This record gives sequence, structure tokens and C-alpha cells, in this order.
Amino acid sequence: MEGYHLLTLITFVPLIGMAIVMVLRDDQTIKTASLIWSLIPLALSGLLWFGYDKQAGGFQFEYLAHWIPSVGINYHVGVDGFSVPLIFLTCLLTTISLWYSNDVIHDRVKEYYALFLLLQVGMLGVFVSLDLFMFYVFFEIGLVPMYFLIGIWGGPRREYAAIKFFLYTLAGSVLMLLALIAVAFNTDSFSMIRGSMTSSVIDAAAIPFSSNPTGTAAIMAFLGFLVAMLIKMPSFPFHTWLPDAHTEAPTAGSVILAGVLLKLGTYGLVRVVMPLFPAAFSAMALPIGFLAFTSIVYGALVAMAQWDFKKLIAYSSVNHMGYITLGLVAAVAAVHAAEGEALTPEALIALSEARQAAIDGAVLQMFTHGIITGALFLLVGMIYDNRTHERDFRKLGTGLWRTVPRYGTFLIVAAFASLGLPGLAGFVSEFLVFKGAFGVSIAGNPELLILTALSVLGILFTAAFILWKIIQMLLLGPQNETWLDTPDLKRNEMGMLIPLVAFMLLFGLYPRPILDFIHPASASLLETMDIDAAHGADADSDASTTTEPLP
Amino acid sequence: MPNLGLIFIHFSPELILLVGALAILAYDLAVRGRDALQPWIALVTLVAAAAATVALYGSAAGIFESTVNIGSTAQPEISTVREGAFVSDGFTNFFRLISALTASLVILSGMKYMHGRTPFKGEFYMFVVFSALAMNLMAGSNDLIMIAVSIEFLSITSYILTAFLRDDNKSIEGGLKYFLFGSITSAAMLFGLTYLYGIAGTTSLPDLAAVIARPESDLVSGLDSLVLPALMFVLAGVGFKLALVPFHQWAPEAFEGAPTPVTSFLSVGPKAAGFAVLIRLFAAVHGSESIGVAWLGILASIAGITMVVGNLAALPQTNVKRLLAYSSIAQAGYMLVGIAAYFGASLTGLDALGSVLYYILAYVFTNLGAFAVVIAVEQASGSSEISAFNGLARRSPMLAVSLAILFLGLLGIPPLAGFFAKFAVFSAAVTSGMTGLAIVGVLTGVIAAGYYFNVVKAMFLNAPAEGWTPIRTAPTLNFVIVLSLVMTFVIGIGVQPFLDIANSAAAVVLPAAEAIVDGH
Repeated sequence: MEGYHLLTLITFVPLIGMAIVMVLRDDQTIKTASLIWSLIPLALSGLLWFGYDKQAGGFQFEYLAHWIPSVGINYHVGVDGFSVPLIFLTCLLTTISLWYSNDVIHDRVKEYYALFLLLQVGMLGVFVSLDLFMFYVFFEIGLVPMYFLIGIWGGPRREYAAIKFFLYTLAGSVLMLLALIAVAFNTDSFSMIRGSMTSSVIDAAAIPFSSNPTGTAAIMAFLGFLVAMLIKMPSFPFHTWLPDAHTEAPTAGSVILAGVLLKLGTYGLVRVVMPLFPAAFSAMALPIGFLAFTSIVYGALVAMAQWDFKKLIAYSSVNHMGYITLGLVAAVAAVHAAEGEALTPEALIALSEARQAAIDGAVLQMFTHGIITGALFLLVGMIYDNRTHERDFRKLGTGLWRTVPRYGTFLIVAAFASLGLPGLAGFVSEFLVFKGAFGVSIAGNPELLILTALSVLGILFTAAFILWKIIQMLLLGPQNETWLDTPDLKRNEMGMLIPLVAFMLLFGLYPRPILDFIHPASASLLETMDIDAAHGADADSDASTTTEPLP
Repeated sequence: MPNLGLIFIHFSPELILLVGALAILAYDLAVRGRDALQPWIALVTLVAAAAATVALYGSAAGIFESTVNIGSTAQPEISTVREGAFVSDGFTNFFRLISALTASLVILSGMKYMHGRTPFKGEFYMFVVFSALAMNLMAGSNDLIMIAVSIEFLSITSYILTAFLRDDNKSIEGGLKYFLFGSITSAAMLFGLTYLYGIAGTTSLPDLAAVIARPESDLVSGLDSLVLPALMFVLAGVGFKLALVPFHQWAPEAFEGAPTPVTSFLSVGPKAAGFAVLIRLFAAVHGSESIGVAWLGILASIAGITMVVGNLAALPQTNVKRLLAYSSIAQAGYMLVGIAAYFGASLTGLDALGSVLYYILAYVFTNLGAFAVVIAVEQASGSSEISAFNGLARRSPMLAVSLAILFLGLLGIPPLAGFFAKFAVFSAAVTSGMTGLAIVGVLTGVIAAGYYFNVVKAMFLNAPAEGWTPIRTAPTLNFVIVLSLVMTFVIGIGVQPFLDIANSAAAVVLPAAEAIVDGH
């Protein structure tokens, strides 16, 4: 009994919470009840964190039941090293968001809390699904509550932002639906587990389109999934819904949006796209890498141009998600050995280590971006919702650190973590991404080398806008007279921030506990994709064809 | 001497409906339209018809494969051969249940509404029951003449129901437009049917199928090439019932003008029955060599155009009834995708037809539920404009949440019934190599989100008008809404049993088609 229903429990406990919220009458009771209720999945996800056997790796806590047997659709849940940290992140951020909403939401409380718990079901469902159909179902479920959260409790342009968010992400998902049908039709299976990642429960399902993995059909299906994920992340050029949604969403909505919902897209890349379409992804690595580079640099530059605190953080997400794409691109990018030579075994090992570092970094970045940006949005909310009702840097003015020292301290830690200061969590993930990307490029991909080198500029720009806008304009300098009476953070507000900051410090100084989850999972992902074997074979055959005619 | 007993048993749902409809009329005459017992007589009749159908379903394990032929010169007996004008088989039974369900839900949601608006209560219920009878006859039609007569039967009851509020100009206008359009398309359909008769020398569908499936050399030269034009004329007639583009122009006016319970009926009943006829007729001509690719192209383009036009035209609508008219046009387009997929690949034909039937089942509950909410709001505010839905979340949270969920169901958001329905028809399309059609389908689905959310936005994001009052709804209406809501979830999450029912009903039609394919 390994707790086969633990995942089902984690996923659907919030749904029961939603039902409880529906029958409660008093606003404060609803708030307290849902906050306490959200501790159950949080505790369960802690149980999952410690219950997952990192030595064994692979998929654990698996449970499979037939759902629609005549079509081959199963209720299939299970977690590996990629999903455990993200499930914990989801539960943590949900609890913090509900806690934050306690003082901020006064209107239509019941609807708000019910929708928030429904949203949590959708997010957790995505992370536990091992069936493509289920994955899609949960991927979509989150859309509706988020639409209402933005549309009802959002800022002045909430209606526009809400429908834009909904239509954009729906457009992405419906393309994924077709791609999903194509994959299922091609493999006669909705299982997401392929090749060596296969657990004992499921028979090995072939990689779709394996007869022609870069043919038109495969590329179309790949693009269907890819675009859906790029929209969700979002990556340039599909990012335009994000600033609107983030800026208009209520603070807790922004926290969840940035902290978890964006991760559904990147998680989809590692969970679905890379195992299903390794060849197609590899073939299109450079164009996608270019999108990653654009997201990194363009996102940072646009963030620098913002005067709205919240919008700045929103655009910085585009930048940070770009690193994830870059890491994943590096993990699949083709490597060409020098003319007429195959890679030496040592070079292959180094290459595989570089690829693994890139995936490690990308997945770690999902977690670290979740806690860092979650904290930053909370900090924006704390100053805007409860204190100044002002988000413009020019009006918020200077010297805020002296006015509200505790607020300033938390903001500085979070901002430096976002900037990638060594010793804080953001540094580790970005370092791993660049280490991996450079390693792969140097092994033999000059185009990727250029993209990676240019992407480093993004770090520079990120540092620039954080130092200039947040540190210099907001925190340092003479105190702005207008805000002299602003009260500093209350104890409960610090309570929300402390866990996030603690994780920034912990994983910044000692990332091992979380990398122990991610590292084996990325190893098995690499093994499934088998990128270098294919290229190695190419190199071998190239070598043989070029050398044979010679006397 | 024909075996009357067997006929009575296997024609019992229709006989019950006929007797029930006449009983309503007689009762209404006796009490001179004063009493309010008429709807309950109608409901008892419909429930009895449904019960008889269920009994037929269960009476023999092989009922899906076997059939009773009614109106044939031969002895009526349970056999696997279909002859005669009307067949009572699993496919007919599926649509018998759909028609009883549709008519009952329409009556339940329309009781209060009609009583406040017309003195002619009895006639309304009588015509709804007759419509259910007409739908049954359409579903069991096995003969060109039966098809023509039953479609005409349903059309006439629909015209009358649309124009039922005779003091309301909009109702009259809608009815008249419906009638004029319907007469012309009926004429076109009859014209096409005469061609089919001319080609085959028979009005019986199985005989027609046998003639058409013969190699071209057996036919009088050139006759086979007439099948396609003949089918296009027939498609005009059936397309009118289904409100497929370009035969849809009647729908917005008729939907807006008709009393809302009738609109709710029109959006579901004639469509379901129309698809039944379409499936039976097309299965019969499936084997024709001349229609092949061209026919597939026509069906696919009509499906594509219907989805695009229906969804785009719904976007600017400010009246929810008109909006739902266009949305139901678009929904018929999605169902037609499944039909086109059926022609696209004979091997997966079963899945394709099954997906259409599943879609119809999901659509019946979702759409009727949505209309029930519209009726409730119209009762309370006297208008079906979107502005009347402003702040519905305050005025009646139950209605607002219900309508939002039902709209999400129509939109195809999982885990609601409409999602798996769309998934099934698009799967059928992709497996038949009609990926383009599936792409049009999913992308127009995004457009659909635009107009459904216009209403959702009004309900949840807009404030109610000054001096708003909470809405109280009649218990019968609440029953319809709650039932639809529950079924939208049940059909969407517990997919398998409903898919089984749909597939087994579809399988009845299929052997004929497969036999024809084998005959090549």
C-alpha cells in the first residue's frame, strides 16, 4: 500500500472544499474554512514530497482505472521528479493566495473562494495526469475559474483582459486537441508514458509517427502541442495576453497565474512534447530557440520600459520563461561533430551531462520562478491593494525602504532572486540552463552558441531593470513625503512571504533536495528521447559515406 | 393475415402518441380550454411512449440487430431484413427516446410561459405531442414516400407552433417565413426524391441501396450520374430541417419570433429527426460509385460553411434567442462533420455515426437546459435581450451558474457533455483524413467562446439594472434546468454507457452500408 489514492485525494480535495464553500453562508467563515481546507492538499503534497522514493525514481503513486475503455482513455495518475515539486508549489501558492485574499476580497466572497478551489483542481490535475485526454481535460478546466477571477475581481480593464486571456488560451488548447487526436490515432493510445519511462502498469506505447518522426503529420501534431504550450507559457510572439491578464487580475490571481498557470505550458513541454516528439522538437530546435532568445531579451527590454510595477513583473515573467524554453531547446538541439568524425565517447558523455543540466535548470526554473514571481506579485499587491493604491514607480517615488523597512527587505530579497543573484534560487536554475546550453553549443552547434550568447544579454537587462526600477527608483533615495504614513508589513503579511523567501534562500544555497527530484527525471527523459543516439547514428553514417569512397 | 399483434407491439410508441394527442384535443374540447390538466396528459403520453420504447429496447437482446417491418406486403416479423415503410429497430428506438425526452422537457419548461400568453392551451400540447410522433416516424422511415410525408408532418406542426401566439406579430412573421421557406425546400426535396425513384424504380430504401450499389454497367446508362443531383435536392429539404447553411435563413426569425418553448423545441427536435433521416437515406446511397468524392466534398463544405457562418453570425447578436438560433446552426455543422467523416471512411463509419448520435444526446440536454434558463429570465424580465441577463448572478445565482455551465457545455469545455461530443466527431474526422474540417471545427469553437461569453459576461460581470428583484422560477422549469445540468455532467464524465448506446444504435444502420461496400 503505497498510497495509490494519494494523488487522487490531493487533486480532488479542493473540489470537496468548493462544495463546502457553496453551502457556507457567512463571508468570514468561508474565508477561514477555505484557508484551513487548503492546508489539507498542502499537507498531502508534503507527504508526497517525502513519500516519493528519489532513489527509485520513475513514476510513483500510480493509479490506473479505465475511464472510456472503448476509446482507450484511462484515468491514470502518477508523479515523477518533475511533477512532485510543482504539485507542492501549487498547494503552497494556493494556500498563500487564499491567505492573502482574506484581507482583500470583500465582494462576492463565496464565488471567489469556490472558483479559486476549482482552479486548484485544474492545476493539480494537469500535474498528476499520465493520460493525454485527462491532461487536456484538466488543462482546460483551469481556464474558466481564471476568467472569472480576472473578470469579476480584476482592475479597471478586467473584462477585456479576462476574455483575451480566455480566447487566447482556448485557441491554443483546441489546436492541442487536434494534435492529441492525431497522436492517439497514430499510437492507439492516450498514454503519456513512452519508451523507457514506461512503468510496470502500462505496456510500452510507441512514439507517435515513429515511421516518419519529422514528416508533415508529425510536425503538424508537434506544432499543435507546441503552440498550445507556447501560448500558455507564454513565449514571444504569443505573450500579448499576459501583461493584460496579469495587470488586471486580483493579486492572488496574478500569483497563481505567474506561479502555476504559466508552468502548465512548460510542464507540458517536458511531460508531453519532448517524450512524444523528440525528433520533431530537435529538428525545429533553432527556430524555437530563437523564440526563447526573443522572449528573454525582448521580455527584459519591455519590462525595463514599464512604469507600472505590476506590468514590469508581468513582462519579467516572459523573460524568465524564455530561459526555460532555452534550456529545453538545448536539451534536444542537434550536435554536429566536426567533418568526418563521430563524437568521442567522452564528448558524448559531456554532451549528455550538458543536456541534463539544461533540463535540470529549466525544470528548477519552473519552481524558482513560481516562488520568486509569486512573492513579487504579493509584494506588489501589498503595496497597492492595502496601502498606496498606486503602482506607478514615478508616483510611488523613492525611499520606500526607509518608510517601510520590512517591506523593503522582503522586496530586495525577492528582486535579487529574480535578477539571479548567486546565493538565491533564481541563480541556480539560470546558471544550470546556461551551463547546459553552452555545453551543448560547444559540443557542436554554432547557431545555438550564438543564441545562447545573445541570451546572456537578457540577464544583463534583467539586472538593469531590477536595479534601476525596483531598487533605485522605489527603495533607495530620499523618502517620498506622500507615503510617510504608510504602515509597514503586518505580521500575517510577513507570514505569507517568509516561506517563499525561505525557499529562495534554501534552494539558492543548497539546491540538492529539489535537484534530487529533478535530476533522475531529466535523465530518464533524455533516455526516452534518445537524441544523441539518433544523431550519433547520423554522424556514423555520414562518416561512413564520406570515408568509404576514399581509397 | 398480417400479424397485427407484432405491429401493435412494435408500433406502440407511435400509437400511444397518436392516442394521447387526440385525447388532449378531446379533453380540451370537453372542458372548453379552461382546465390546466392538458400538459399533464401530454406528459403522461410522452412518458408512456418512452416506457414502451424502453420495453422494446429490452424485449429482445438482439433488438438492435433485428427489426420489425411495418407497412410491408410481407408478414411483419422480427427479421434482419428491412422492408416496408417503417422499421422499428434500435436506431428508431434511440430517436424515439430523444423525441419523447425533447417533447417532455419542452412541455415542462413551457407550461407557465404558454399559459400566460395564449388561451389555446390544449392545442399547444397536442401539437407538441404530434411533433414527437412526426419525429418518430421520420426516424423509422424506410421509404422515400414515408420520408417525404413524415418530414412534411413535422414541418406543419412546427409552422403552427412557431406562429402560435397569433396576436404577436413577431410570432406570425417567424411562422410565415418558416412556412414559405419550408414549402420551397420541401418541393425541392420531393423533386429529388422523384429522381431517386426514377433511378431505382422503387421507393424502398433497401431496394434503392441494392440498385445503386450495382456496378454501373447494370444500370441504364447515365442513370447513376443522376444520384448526385437528386441527393442535392434532397439535401435542400433535410438541410432546411437541420438549418444547415445555406438553408438556414428562416432560423433566426423563426427562433426569435416563436414562443420561447417552441424555439427550444425547434432547436433540438427537428434537428435530431433530420439527422435520423439523413443517416438512413445516406446509408442507403452510400454504395453509389458516382457520388463518392464529390458527395463527400459537398457534405464537408456544407459542414465547414455551416460552422463558420453559424458561429460568425452569432457574434454580433444582442438577443439571446437569435444568438442561440445561430449557435444551433453551428452545432448542426459540428454534427454534420461526423456524417461527413462517416462517408470519408467506411471502416470507421461506426465510430463516426456513433459520435453523431452521442453528440445529439449531449446536445438535447445542453440546449434544452439553456433554453429553460432563457425562458425563466424572459418570464421575469419580459425580454430575451442580452441586457436582460445583466447581473443575473445576483438576481438568481442558480440560473446564472446553470446557464454558464450549459454554455460551457455547448462550447465544449471538459468535462461537460459537449466536450466529449466534439472530441468524438473531430476524432472521427481526423481518422477519416478530414483534418482540415476538424481544424475549421475547433477554430470556429474559439469564435463560439466569444458570443457565449457575451452572455456569461452580462450575467456575472455586469451589474443588474436598477431596482432589480430576485427571480423565482416555476418548479417545473427548475426541474428541467437541474436535470439538464446533471445530465450535462453525467454524460460528459460517465461517457462510456452513453457512447455504447449511441454506437449500438448506429450499428443498426451500418450493416446495410457495409453490405453495400462488400458488394463492390
